[in-house]
Amino acid sequence: MSGAAAANGGAARGHDDPYRLGHGQATRQRQPAAEHADGSLLSKRIIVGYGFWIFLLSDIIMFSAFFATYAVLSDATAGGPSGHELFDLSNTAIETACLLLSSFTCGVASIGARLHRGVWFYGAMAVTFVLGATFIGLEAHEFAGLVARGAGPTRSAFLSAFFTLVGCHGLHVSAGLLWLLTMMAQVFAKGYRPDILRRMLCFSLFWHTLDIIWVALFTVVYLMGAGQ
Amino acid sequence: MLGKLSWQAIPFDQPIPLVAAALVGVVIIAVLAWVVLKGHLPYLWQEWITSVDHKRIGIMYTLLALVMLLRGFTDAIMMRSQQALAFRSDGYLPPEHYDQIFSAHGTLMIFFVAMPFVIGLMNFVVPLQLGVRDVAFPTLNSVGFWLTATGALLVNLSLVIGEFARTGWLPYPPLSELTYSPGVGVDYYLWSLEISGVGTLLSGINLVTTILKMHAPGMTYLRMPMFCWTALASNLLIVAAFPILTATLAMLLLDRYLGFHFFTNTAGGNVMMFMNLIWAWGHPEVYILVLPAFGVFSEVISTFSGKPLFGYRSMVMATMAICILSFTVWLHHFFTMGAGADVNAIFGIASMIIAVPTGVKVFNWLFTMYGGRVVFSASILWSLGFMVTFLIGGMTGVLLAVPPADFVLHNSLFLVAHFHNVIIGGVLFGGFAGYNFWFPKAFGFRLHEGLGKAAFWCWIIGFYLAFMPLYVLGLMGMTRRMQHYDVAAWRPWLLIAAGGAAVILAGIMLQIAQLAVSIRHRNELRDATGDPWNGRSLEWATASPPPDFNFAVLPHVEGEDAYWDIKQRAREQLRLGDEPHYDEIEMPRNSPTGFICAFFATFGGFALIWQIWWLAILAGVGAFATFVVFAWRDRVEYIIPAAEVARIDRANRTARSAALTQIEAAS
Amino acid sequence: MSHVERANDPAHAETVPGGDGDDEAGGVGIYLIGLGLATLLTFVSFFIARTTLVWQPSIPVALAVLAIAQMGVHLVFFLHITTGPDNINNVLALAFGVLIVMLLIGGSLWIMTHLNHNMMPMDQVMQMQR
Repeated sequence: MSGAAAANGGAARGHDDPYRLGHGQATRQRQPAAEHADGSLLSKRIIVGYGFWIFLLSDIIMFSAFFATYAVLSDATAGGPSGHELFDLSNTAIETACLLLSSFTCGVASIGARLHRGVWFYGAMAVTFVLGATFIGLEAHEFAGLVARGAGPTRSAFLSAFFTLVGCHGLHVSAGLLWLLTMMAQVFAKGYRPDILRRMLCFSLFWHTLDIIWVALFTVVYLMGAGQ
Repeated sequence: MLGKLSWQAIPFDQPIPLVAAALVGVVIIAVLAWVVLKGHLPYLWQEWITSVDHKRIGIMYTLLALVMLLRGFTDAIMMRSQQALAFRSDGYLPPEHYDQIFSAHGTLMIFFVAMPFVIGLMNFVVPLQLGVRDVAFPTLNSVGFWLTATGALLVNLSLVIGEFARTGWLPYPPLSELTYSPGVGVDYYLWSLEISGVGTLLSGINLVTTILKMHAPGMTYLRMPMFCWTALASNLLIVAAFPILTATLAMLLLDRYLGFHFFTNTAGGNVMMFMNLIWAWGHPEVYILVLPAFGVFSEVISTFSGKPLFGYRSMVMATMAICILSFTVWLHHFFTMGAGADVNAIFGIASMIIAVPTGVKVFNWLFTMYGGRVVFSASILWSLGFMVTFLIGGMTGVLLAVPPADFVLHNSLFLVAHFHNVIIGGVLFGGFAGYNFWFPKAFGFRLHEGLGKAAFWCWIIGFYLAFMPLYVLGLMGMTRRMQHYDVAAWRPWLLIAAGGAAVILAGIMLQIAQLAVSIRHRNELRDATGDPWNGRSLEWATASPPPDFNFAVLPHVEGEDAYWDIKQRAREQLRLGDEPHYDEIEMPRNSPTGFICAFFATFGGFALIWQIWWLAILAGVGAFATFVVFAWRDRVEYIIPAAEVARIDRANRTARSAALTQIEAAS
Repeated sequence: MSHVERANDPAHAETVPGGDGDDEAGGVGIYLIGLGLATLLTFVSFFIARTTLVWQPSIPVALAVLAIAQMGVHLVFFLHITTGPDNINNVLALAFGVLIVMLLIGGSLWIMTHLNHNMMPMDQVMQMQR
């Protein structure tokens, strides 16, 4: 089979039969010999990325279980304080800004990693860390304040659900910060090896997803809760 | 210093658990001693414990399942005998003990028998059927297995140290809250399932990625064997449902440990939310269990009928329909909780609709057999037994899906009979069919057919004797989980049920005998070519057992039943295809990460149960350190040289050529 | 590698979420656009939540729509989820996840609202037992 015919067959395949179901005309032609080699399997980057994407979806479903619980228990204040009395929206706004900006800087960092530019990578990762740590600091401060006011998680079902939902997100962000430092250490120790870059891909997917969850969080919990 | 742990945790005053624990302890020590003294430990460590090979991991999962089946079945025998004896008497099991037994029975059977059984089969078979060398994330696979083993270990540890939950296999609040279950039993349950849940989730992610992203060249989605499709659906459900379990059990843990109020009676807690969430997991869970079993039957029936599977596309659609629909029916587990007629009606109708795709599958299996030449092997017997038994169980399920009927039958023995009907008839029979079917592929020799058939007959007769009376009892009004009773009319049925359990016991004994005899006679039962059943899919193209790398050269696939075409061509031409060009192969290195992770998880789980905080923190740090060490590895693969690959493959080709020569000579 | 060759190369027949690593430095542009849109949507959300200029009962719906829009911005600009044929697996997985989330949250709310309406609150049950 000549190279040109193979390329034509490939082009036809790509457009008429992208999943190679084997029913169309194009597939009557045989596949080129190159596909017999091991390299016809998808690259590791794609496999790792997809696997991590599936994990993230499972994590989102776990959050949705906590969301559902929060939604069901949001009125169960047991005579205690409600969101309207407790939530400080300016604090929430600053937290949101921190996380959103950190998503941006994480994107810059992944570009830096891809282009092997140390200044961009380390710089952007450091800024991401600072922003993320600020977010955690603000959230911890908010939690401590609530507990001090007698509005801790043991006060009512609503507060249990609030602390768990927001706290779970905070735990994920904290784990992400730990991961961030580990990524910086790994790049420093081993350079921009393919497996390290795959992990960087997973980290950035994780970090962006946490911001997506935060969008849902600040909308449903803080903005809707404060407006009751 | 040691949290809640003290010498009182060991049940010195209860003879039954004490003796059982002592017996198990003796067996474990004996096995360990034999392994160490005979010098098998290095082999075990290098070839099995640190293995990241999907075949080895699949075998270990299945072994775990079969061992746990023995423990779970022991619990069952105890329950049946207690109920047979306890007519106007207290029987021999006090209520506190009986409650732990039925809770442990359900927990073990679902989480540590059924799940590992199907996951083990999927792990072993799917990469072979897809024509690839391993799953997407081999080391993660090992971690997943060892975390599941940790969960099993913790549940069994509760027999010796402390107690188990008395809440039933799903710990409904408020009974499972600290107020009404102050002991460590529920904590054993919760931590063991949280840990093994992580393992299951890892396995789910692994198999979804493998099935969707790793195929032999030419194998499109619609050319995958049916078992791979059902494995895909099952693992998608794992990925979607297990996070709900994790979240719900975590909320119960927060209630118990930190005084939160999710499901408490006071401060606004909503008990019913637990039931809602846990069944939002629980219903997909049963489809996670049964879908791979359906896949096994598709493989077994088409192979032993000598025909391709009838209606492949409708099977795929039915499978994916079941996958989606399984998330729309969960309320039928708590019709009686009070959601009202509208809600009950919608979910009742959905529960009836979900029976339709299963019906499609059953008809397709029947049409596969019709017109074929059916070989009545043990695996086919299990499949035929499944079709009759699961049909009955499915019909009683549709009956229970009618809310007014369920108001009468909820939590009666009718319900118990129904779910055992579908789980044993579906999942367990499927597991045994798969076990008999793929055993030669895994170990290189077949299982003894006669003993296998005898075991089947004992199982199926025993099953009907043990569970059909329960339908009658349910209709007569007997509730589940009764420790004693005084209604004379129930007695004869319970005696029959106990008899049924004894017949099943005979079946299990025969299966143990089958294994022992097969090992002893393995040379006569040897599978020389790798294709003992005249199979149709790619796993039968490999040697038995397959080499580490599965395929010397990834096969090129051109249609469904990939191996069948290759084989027919060889038979027509009476020669094998040309010898391929052998290249070196990169395989992932073994890793102790999984085992060490599980080691820390065991200590961590134990520490959290007994509230030994310093140990819990230490274990957590250890687990993190393991992870970092794993991430710091530089050498992750090793190379098998082309000459070695060639040598191994040529050996199999010689065996297959010899078989072809025999066919030629016979014709 | 030219675009056509990439489309035919099996190793590139699919894209990973998060980007393939072959884009040029124009990649920062995408993130900037995403940041801008997300910031805008966030501002509007916070504004709507506190303002009296909008018909009050519509606020939760408006907030929900803005949140969904912002999640979409994140998915497209930061996670590079597109509707091309090479992205189908990623989109299908996302769709599956979204379906489950909606069934779980929607179903739970529907069920629990009915339950709470029909059943006596637990504190009252316990008071009855005293």
